[in-house]
Amino acid sequence: MNETNETIKKRGVPVWIQIMIWAGLTGLLALVAFGLNRRQNPMAELNQPVPDFELVFYKDYEYNQTASLKLSDLRGKVVLINIWASWCKPCEQEAADLEKAWQGYQPANDVIFIGVDYVDTPAGAFQYLKKFDITFPNAPDLKSNISSILNRQMGVPETYLIDRAGVLRQIKIGPFTSQAEIQAFIAIAE
Amino acid sequence: MKKFFFALICTFLLGAAFSQSAFAQDPTPPTDDEVNAIAKHIYCPVCENTPLDVCPTEACRNWREQIRSMLAEGKTEDEIMQYFVDQYGDRVLGAPPATGLNWLVYLIPPLVILLGAIILFRALKGWTQPKQAEAGSGAASGGLSNQDEYIQKFEEELKKRK
Repeated sequence: MNETNETIKKRGVPVWIQIMIWAGLTGLLALVAFGLNRRQNPMAELNQPVPDFELVFYKDYEYNQTASLKLSDLRGKVVLINIWASWCKPCEQEAADLEKAWQGYQPANDVIFIGVDYVDTPAGAFQYLKKFDITFPNAPDLKSNISSILNRQMGVPETYLIDRAGVLRQIKIGPFTSQAEIQAFIAIAE
Repeated sequence: MKKFFFALICTFLLGAAFSQSAFAQDPTPPTDDEVNAIAKHIYCPVCENTPLDVCPTEACRNWREQIRSMLAEGKTEDEIMQYFVDQYGDRVLGAPPATGLNWLVYLIPPLVILLGAIILFRALKGWTQPKQAEAGSGAASGGLSNQDEYIQKFEEELKKRK
């Protein structure tokens, strides 16, 4: 009986090694959790303030000749953010209507349209903007940061309406089919 | 004769100058193979898990054209890769860059394999040692000699029967 106990003791992993392995695993999990938490962007939710982000505009598509600004700089105005891409066919359906609607809102400077170009090349983007005579401010979605914060639901196009207090009021998935639909979408935040 | 040679040299010089300017205006565009050599290391976020060189979508075609134009500008592969990382993030790369927390991706698998090898080695050692010990104890108590005696008797009985 004593011999058997000795054999079991010899075969088992020493306690100090077991403690070290468990401590190492716990430390590793804590490190991974900390890293993931730090990397993760805050995400916008409906009827909640939108986390701030920076827009670096395409040349000739700046906002009031400003090359870059933060979303929080537009507090006090209604902001419509339209996520699009030059390779996205449904985006083409709404491009002309968005520009027409922008022409109507631009003089009052109370409702601001901002295009955010998702996973696109500058050449493709400029070709698209020229093709549809877009004049409202447009910025690339660098590192997909903006679409990630806005918690993009499906794909492109998607449009987000932010009210004067910086609260996300409405999301439109897919293209607008008319100028009237865009106006009705904005009216909720006006 | 001198005038003839002078005119000939001038013609050659002018010809050479024009041919150089013609080459400068029309450099050889990068081939598809050159573009794809870089594209195969890049993954478009729209079509996940499909390398850029074989992805048929419009978005990926645009990205390949971007690589082509950057190659034509004389950009190196590293510069092009860095441009795509700056524009679209690390996720466009086939493998995560070995920085920060990403180091774990490169460290953990070899460590786990090493740990597994140690555990396997210890387990194999544990399985073989008791058998050796049993064999040793059997020999010490005369187990083998008893068996020899039995075989000897068995063979003697066989001889008698013959």
